[in-house]
Amino acid sequence: MDRNRLQHQVACMRRSLFDQGYLDEPFIQLEELQDDANPNFVQEIVTLFYSDSARLIQNIEHALNSRPIDFDKLDDYMHQFKGSSSSIGAKKVTNECTVFREYCSAENAEGCIRSFQQVKQEYAILRRKLEVYLQMVRQAAVSRTA
Amino acid sequence: MAVNGAVTWLRRAEEIDGYDLSASDSEEVHVLAVDDSLVDRKVIERLLKITSCKVTAVDSGRRALQFLGLDEEKEANGFDGLKVDLIITDYCMPGMTGYELLKKVKESSAFREIPVVIMSSENVIARIDRCLEEGAEDFIVKPVKLSDVKRIIDYMTTDFREGEERRRGINKRKLRD
Repeated sequence: MDRNRLQHQVACMRRSLFDQGYLDEPFIQLEELQDDANPNFVQEIVTLFYSDSARLIQNIEHALNSRPIDFDKLDDYMHQFKGSSSSIGAKKVTNECTVFREYCSAENAEGCIRSFQQVKQEYAILRRKLEVYLQMVRQAAVSRTA
Repeated sequence: MAVNGAVTWLRRAEEIDGYDLSASDSEEVHVLAVDDSLVDRKVIERLLKITSCKVTAVDSGRRALQFLGLDEEKEANGFDGLKVDLIITDYCMPGMTGYELLKKVKESSAFREIPVVIMSSENVIARIDRCLEEGAEDFIVKPVKLSDVKRIIDYMTTDFREGEERRRGINKRKLRD
């Protein structure tokens, strides 16, 4: 496909990711840290984020299934998850993590379980959108002008 | 030290787990970055490299102390040729917190002069005060921005350059050839 067209699509998708609140300022910083010497920086960080998140989600699942629930441990895991999602500018995910932590400090198991579903959902949505977006970015980079 | 000796030493260092050394240039500010989060560690490392610093990134306070040669349980492994000019550490870490690391550094006669900057996702006044009282140079709220890092490095470099001018001829750094 024509490079200009692809670049236009990339720009549109990027704009909507920000307008719809999926991504925030820190993601822009990651993009700014990418250059010719580090052309895959954004993808590298995002990939780290995925594997880190997978680990933490698993830990949280396990902690939520244990009886009695260890709220301190839960909060610790969620603090880590919130930290890394905030670092990449994953706005909606970060907000859901905050809600979870509130239920956690209130030791409200029901609330934790419910809000964790939200966290996972937002994470899944963001991941899908980012994968599509970054794939498009790659395609535009290797495409030729018609 | 002979050039060959320096290269062998660097290669040995790169094999040690948990350490991540970038290219060396004795004129650059060498920053020891401490963060248990893999994502944050990669980001801070990039922020520091873009600001022309040499970076060693470790994942715990314990490893930071080992790198400095302060860990009592392990012998110093000859890193004292690679002077650390600044320590930037996360506050919330398992095992040893950034605050505890700060205290250990400031209690040490060899390393208390090294400026320590604390990073935290939580903007808690009491926490900030406690760190500054214990001798932290600065406190950055996460997510860390390039402007935060630039500000600190600019401040350090000015201070650093003036300090080096005073120390010239008295205490040359080992890697300077």
